[in-house]
Amino acid sequence: MARGLGRSYGDAAQCSGGTVVDMRSILGASDVSGGEVEVGAGMSLDALLRRALPAGWFIPVTPGTRQVTVGGALAADIHGKNHHLDGSFARHVSAITIATPTGLRRVSANEDAELFWATAGGMGLTGIVTSARVRMLRVETDRMLVDTDRFSDLDAVMSAMEAGDARYRYSVAWVDCSGPAISTRQRAPGLRAGRAVLTRAVHARLEDLAPAERRPPAAPPRPALGTPRRVPRGLLNRLSIAAFNEAWYLRAPVHREAEVQSMWRFFHPLDGVADWNRLYGPRGFVQYQFVVPEKSGDVVAAVVRELSERRLPSFLAVLKRFGASSPGPLSFPMPGWTLALDLPIGPQALPTCLDRLDAMVAAAGGRVYLAKDSRLRPDLFSTMYPRLEELSSVRQRVDPAGLMRSDLSRRLGLD
Amino acid sequence: MLDAFGQPQSAVVLGGTSDLAGAIVRALAHRRLRTAVLGGRNEERLALAARAASAEGVREVRTVQLDATDVAGAARAVDECFDAAGSVDLVLVAIGVLSHERDELDPARTAEVVTATYSWPAVALTRAAAHLRDQGSGRIVVLSSVAAVRVRRQNFVYASAKSGLDSFSIGLREALHGTGVVVQIVRPGRVPTKMTEGLPRAPLSTTPDAVANAVVAGLASDTPIVWVPASARWALAAARLVPQSLWRRIPG
Repeated sequence: MARGLGRSYGDAAQCSGGTVVDMRSILGASDVSGGEVEVGAGMSLDALLRRALPAGWFIPVTPGTRQVTVGGALAADIHGKNHHLDGSFARHVSAITIATPTGLRRVSANEDAELFWATAGGMGLTGIVTSARVRMLRVETDRMLVDTDRFSDLDAVMSAMEAGDARYRYSVAWVDCSGPAISTRQRAPGLRAGRAVLTRAVHARLEDLAPAERRPPAAPPRPALGTPRRVPRGLLNRLSIAAFNEAWYLRAPVHREAEVQSMWRFFHPLDGVADWNRLYGPRGFVQYQFVVPEKSGDVVAAVVRELSERRLPSFLAVLKRFGASSPGPLSFPMPGWTLALDLPIGPQALPTCLDRLDAMVAAAGGRVYLAKDSRLRPDLFSTMYPRLEELSSVRQRVDPAGLMRSDLSRRLGLD
Repeated sequence: MLDAFGQPQSAVVLGGTSDLAGAIVRALAHRRLRTAVLGGRNEERLALAARAASAEGVREVRTVQLDATDVAGAARAVDECFDAAGSVDLVLVAIGVLSHERDELDPARTAEVVTATYSWPAVALTRAAAHLRDQGSGRIVVLSSVAAVRVRRQNFVYASAKSGLDSFSIGLREALHGTGVVVQIVRPGRVPTKMTEGLPRAPLSTTPDAVANAVVAGLASDTPIVWVPASARWALAAARLVPQSLWRRIPG
């Protein structure tokens, strides 16, 4: 099983008792020609940006961190804040080279499309991708024009997203799932849950900026803050999470237009703090991200209510509207609503609560994101990904001996 | 494969007919457990435990007959359990024989208690650890007892054997550090089970379901020792300081 920078939240790039290939030395990128760049699968998006951005090329899809490899981005078929317009990462990959157990192949959406799409979102189970040809995006600056809106409930933010997302390349909402910090008699629990801050943006062109600000794009900065190696357990608890969410909400303006922000502040705020994941302490956290079809937006509200009522705090809850799905049988995005949650491990009610959320999501025809999963029930997995057979038949062809496996594939019964 | 909360999909239970093992299997079945191999002596009770596990939703239940007084056969018995299970996420050691005051003067009985409570499980653990090491992952949960922490007169033969197994397990945990295999020790207070029928209710008593819940919660962390009830941890820390002359007089 291939492993990149190890930023996956689950067990997709682990293979206990087996062989794991460290991809971090498979680097190298060509110059951008015709808007495309050939990149080694172990190269991070950060490194790719360092090379390409000063020449005016941005990556077509960017997740919440730059510290992921191109191979990992393809294996998880990652999405960004522009999914509603631009789709997932694999849509911007024109060809890949993949080492399968039965030989090295160069495949694309035209050449062995079956293998190409099974690999896009296939969690590394079709073989080891060594390089990919990525279509880049032309930008004039490294700044964004950001509109911010604050909403006091979930319905309001969701209708605003439905109405206005098409006008922005990037759109994402932060949702308060923390519930009340201290239970008060006046405010019913759950009243704050569902408050939201919506940020939407487009790339700033040179002419959008004040003359003194007009400069060509520069490489991303290095993290300014670090995290200590040892953090007491329980630093992120119900109170501190509620306080953080309160501050986040109050800091946001009710409405602000065309604020100039750096790309890095807009796309990758967490990359400013190296090893931020350590803040969760030795017990760590689980990520839970699901998508439900457009018509099942009420599931999002039900999930927020459930977490708030059970007093299971989520440090960051991110809501986004997806556009069209990609053809990959295991690709996560589908047109609809996706909510991503960071939940500290500790509360005893958490595992069973997440099982209930799974059932709600599956019943609505939705699914959870494998790149973040570390605890889904195997039987619900096949309900959520009904096209599993397509992946199996491709694996049967390129890996008849069943050599490619991971802890995730074993946990979910993908063998 | 264990998930992020340490919830197993497959388990080997040594001492699968005990009340505690039954409660733990039931709790795990309500989570992720799909395959269970129950090892025990009595064929009838094994069949009963297997039916109970199936009824709780464990899809594949197999039984392996074993004799915990036959140390020479321990490794073979563990091999048989692993063969029956395929890949194993959890090995639960819930085997042992309780002693009573009337057993003290009976060398044969002492041999039986010590063998079934310490020697056999220690050999079995050694074998199970080797299997899990090859696999590169897995969890071992050993049922010890608060009685192992400070031995009392009433059941010292049993308690001393549990004490040995407890120390053995702590050592094994250290030996396996970094291999992907984690050993956890559970120290329950006295559980009214068929082993303790007819005895007076002791302080720090607990129930099979409380132990099962604590085991499930313990799996979510990799804490070395799970106390049931949790307060037993502090009670036993204090008990260690009590002079023997006073310790002798504490009833229960």
